[in-house]
Amino acid sequence: MSEAELKAKPAPRPVEVKAPQLPPLWQRVWRTISLPILSIFTALVLGAVFIVLSDVNVLATYQNFPNAPGAALRATWDAIRLAYGALFTGSVVDPAILAQALRTGDPATWSRAIQPFAESLVATTPYIFAGLALALGFRCGLFNIGAEGQLFVGALASVWVGYSLKGLPAVIHLPLALGAGALGGAIWAGIPGLLKAKTGAHEVITTIMMNYIAFRLSDYLITGPMKRPGFVPVTPFVQESARLLRFFSDPNIRLHAGFLLALAMAALVWWFLFKTTLGFEIRTVGANPNAARYAGISVTRNYVFAMALSGALAGLAGTVQVLGVDYWLGQAFSSGYGFDSIALALLGKSHPLGVVLAALLFGTLRNGATRMQSTARIPVDIISIVQALVIMFIAAPAIIRAIYRVRAEREIGEAVFTRGWGK
Amino acid sequence: MPPVLELRGMTKAFPGVLANDHIDLTLEEGEIHALLGENGAGKTTLMNLLYGLYQPDEGEIILRGQPVDIHSPSDAIAMGIGMVHQHFMLVPVLTVTENVMLGVESVRNGIFLDRAAAAQRIRAISQQYGLEVDPDAYIKDLPVGVQQRVEIIKLLYRHADILILDEPTAVLTPQEAEELFKVMRSLAAQGKSIIFITHKLKEVLAVADRITVLRLGRVVGTTTPQAADEGTLARMMVGRQVILKVQKKPAQPGDVVLSVRDLLVLDDRLQLAVNGVSFEVRAGEILGIAGVQGNGQTELVEALTGLRPPVAGHVTILGEEMTYASPRAIIEKGVAHVPEDRQRDGLVLSYPVADNLVLNTYYVPPFATGIVMHEEAILTAAEERVRQFDIRTPSVRVPVANLSGGNQQKVIVAREFSRPIRLLIASQPTRGLDVGSIEYIHNRIIAKRDEGTAVLLVSPELDEIMALADRIAVMYRGRLVAVLPPAEVTKEQLGLLMAGATLDGGRRTDDGGQPISTP
Repeated sequence: MSEAELKAKPAPRPVEVKAPQLPPLWQRVWRTISLPILSIFTALVLGAVFIVLSDVNVLATYQNFPNAPGAALRATWDAIRLAYGALFTGSVVDPAILAQALRTGDPATWSRAIQPFAESLVATTPYIFAGLALALGFRCGLFNIGAEGQLFVGALASVWVGYSLKGLPAVIHLPLALGAGALGGAIWAGIPGLLKAKTGAHEVITTIMMNYIAFRLSDYLITGPMKRPGFVPVTPFVQESARLLRFFSDPNIRLHAGFLLALAMAALVWWFLFKTTLGFEIRTVGANPNAARYAGISVTRNYVFAMALSGALAGLAGTVQVLGVDYWLGQAFSSGYGFDSIALALLGKSHPLGVVLAALLFGTLRNGATRMQSTARIPVDIISIVQALVIMFIAAPAIIRAIYRVRAEREIGEAVFTRGWGK
Repeated sequence: MPPVLELRGMTKAFPGVLANDHIDLTLEEGEIHALLGENGAGKTTLMNLLYGLYQPDEGEIILRGQPVDIHSPSDAIAMGIGMVHQHFMLVPVLTVTENVMLGVESVRNGIFLDRAAAAQRIRAISQQYGLEVDPDAYIKDLPVGVQQRVEIIKLLYRHADILILDEPTAVLTPQEAEELFKVMRSLAAQGKSIIFITHKLKEVLAVADRITVLRLGRVVGTTTPQAADEGTLARMMVGRQVILKVQKKPAQPGDVVLSVRDLLVLDDRLQLAVNGVSFEVRAGEILGIAGVQGNGQTELVEALTGLRPPVAGHVTILGEEMTYASPRAIIEKGVAHVPEDRQRDGLVLSYPVADNLVLNTYYVPPFATGIVMHEEAILTAAEERVRQFDIRTPSVRVPVANLSGGNQQKVIVAREFSRPIRLLIASQPTRGLDVGSIEYIHNRIIAKRDEGTAVLLVSPELDEIMALADRIAVMYRGRLVAVLPPAEVTKEQLGLLMAGATLDGGRRTDDGGQPISTP
C-alpha cells in the first residue's frame, strides 16, 4: 500500500450549511403548549375510565355485555356525559340557565348564569399567586415546596392585621394587611433561603420542615391568642376596611378585587424576571450557577432574595383568600393551594402567562369538582386523579410523545425544575 | 484481498445541515487511517454511523467484503468494531479487571465473577500489544494515559479488530501521546486496523499510514504523510491558506499588572492544589503557564479571578491588594477571564447570544439604568460584536447552545475583549477548537498584548504556549518548577518539566516556589 501521490479530489462545491433558524412564531407557540394540552386531554380521557369504574350501575350493565353491548356502551357514555357535564355546568356555565337569562333578562337569573365561572375565578386567584411563587423559585433553580406553609403564615399575618387594627381608612388598612401577608410569607421562605446560602441545606428539606412549623403554629394561634371569644376555634372577622372589594352584590358571587391583583402581579413578575437586572441575575443563577459566579453575580444572595420573593407571593395567596373570600381563619383552613401550585407552575412552564392559564385550569377543575359531586355523585377525588395525571404526563413527557407520536424536540429549557440533591 | 472496511456514499442529514455528504472511506487491514477535519466537518457523525449510533440516510458499510447494517453499538462490537470515546467510559471505583469485564463478565460456578481468568487475559493482551497496565489497580488511581490504555484493552478483550480512536491525544502529555502512538503502531503491526480521529496536524503526520481530510461533510482528499505537510493538510481542512505560525513582534513589557506572592490554594477535596506560587505579569507581555491538566492551574486561575479564595498569599492587581476580592470587584478592576470550561463557566447555554455577550456588564449603562434593562441597547451591541468578531449565528436571539464550539468561544472572547481591560487571564482559550478558530483567537490575544494588556495564558497545549508566550512557566504539582524564555527551551524539555523531571543545564528555580524575577 504505497500511494505516495496526493489523491486530492477536486474541491467540493460549496455546500449551503444552514445555521439553525428560529422557526415561525406559531410553531414555537404550538411546541410550547402542545404538551400541556395533550396532557390535559389524556388525563380527562383516563379520568373518564375512572368515572366508569367507580360507577356500580355502569359496571353492572357489562355483566350482560355479550347480549346487550349497546346498553353497556350507552350506560358508559351517559355516566361520562353526566360527570363531565356537571363539571362544565358547575365551573363554566349552565347553557340552560344562560339561555333563560338571555331570554328573560332577569338579574337574578343572570347572577345564576355568571356564578359558576365567577366562582372558578375565585379559586383561580390564590392559585395564580402560589403558582407565581413556585415559578419564581424554579427560575432561580430553587424548589420551594414550602408554599403551603408560607401561605398559612401569610394568611395568619394578614388576618391579624385585618381584625386587630381598628378605625383605619381602607386605603391604609387594606395595603397594610396585604403587606403583612406578603412579609409573613417572605420571612417564612427567607429562612430556608438563608440556611441554603449559609450552610448549603437543601431547600426541599428545610421548606418541608417549615411547613410543619407553620401548620402547628397556626393551630396554636387560632386556638389560643388569635381565637375569637366563644367556643369555636376561629379568628375574629377582619374589619370591613381590610377587605378586598367584591364585584357583585349577590353574596353567592364572591369574585373579588384579588383576582385583578393576581393578574397585575403576574404581569409584574414577568417584567421583573425578564426586563430587570435583578430578574436577569435570578435567571442566570437558575440556568447556570457556575456562569453566574463567573460573571460576578452572587449566587447565595440571589438564593435568599428569590426565596423571600417566592415566599411573599405564596403569602399573598393566603392573604387574598382571607381578605377577599373568608374574612376569618379556622384550623387547617387551606386546602392544598400551596401544594397544587407546584404542579401548576410545572404545567405553566414557570412562565407567568403559563401560570395564569394553568391556574385558570386548576381553579375551574377545583370549583367544578364540587358540583360534579353534588349532582352527578362523582367523588371529588376523580378530579384529584385528573390533576395528578396531568402532572405525571407533564413530568414524563415521553409518555405523551409516545402516545401521540410527537417527535422530541431538543429542549434547552431555561428553568431548572429539579436539581440534584446536595450539590 | 478486500479492504477490511469500506464506507460507500455515506450520507446523513440533520435539520438544516448535511453532516455527511456521500463520504467514501476504505480501511485496509493493519492500517492507521487518520480522519482529519475541523470541528463540524462530519468526523464524529461518520463514526457514529459506523458505530450504530445513527442510521445513514444513504450509503452502505461493507465489512470484510460483506455489506452490513449496524443498528447499535452492540452490533458494532459484535462485528469487531470498537470505539474509544473522548470521554472515557470507566467506573473509577472499580479495578482495571472489573472495568474491562463489565458487560462480558466471566463467571465461575454459575454466579461468581472469575476475576482471575479475566485478569489473566488482560495480562496476555497487554503483553501482546505493549499496553502496560496493572489489572488489579483501581481506575481512580491511574493517570489519564493509562486509563486510555484500559479503554483500548476493553476493545481488544471484546475481540475488536477495527479500533476507532476519537481525539485520543486531547487529554495526554506529549510523552503520553508518544506512548500511545507506539501502542497504535504495535496494534497495526499485528493486524488491527485503526481509525484515528483528530484535528492535530503533527500527530497525523507522525503516526498515520493514510490521511483522509473532511470538510463541511465531504471528503476533500486522501493522502499520505509522505506526500503532505502541515501546510497542505491545513489548507485542505480549512479550505484556504492558514498561517500556522503566529506572527508577533517582540514583547515590550511595561509596569507590573499582576503580582502573585506565595499563593496557597486548596482544591475541592481540600488538598493543596497551588503550593506557594509566585510570579508577575507585566503590561504588554504574555506569561504562559504550561503543565499537564490537574497540576493546580485550574485552582490558580480560580483564585486569581475571585472564584476560589486562597488560604494564604497575596494577589495584587494594578498595585491593589485583591487577594480576597469578589469576582465582580476583580472584573471591575479590568480583568478579563476566558474560562477553561466554556460551557460550564463561561456561558449560559439556554440564553440567547445577546444575553451572553452582556453576562458581566448587564447592570451598567448603556445596558441598564437602575434595575431596568435596555433590550434595544443589548441587541444593538450584540449585532455589533457579532460583526466585529465574526461570530457565525443566524441571529443574536438564538440560544448560544445552538452555536458550534468555535463560535461559542468567540462569544466569550467578544464579551471579554470588548470591555476596557488591563489583564487577560485565558485558560485553554482554544480547547477543542479547529485550526481556523485557533488562528483567529491567537491573533486576538496577540493584539491585546500589543495594546498593552497583561496576559496570563494557561494551556496544556505546548504548541500554543510556545507560539504565544513571551515567558513560559511550567506548573507541576502545584508549583512553578521553571520560568523560561521560549527561545531557550525545546518542546521536549518542556514535556519533561511537565512530567516532573528536572532539566539539566536549563534554568530552574531550586524549590519551584521561589519568586521569579522578570528581566
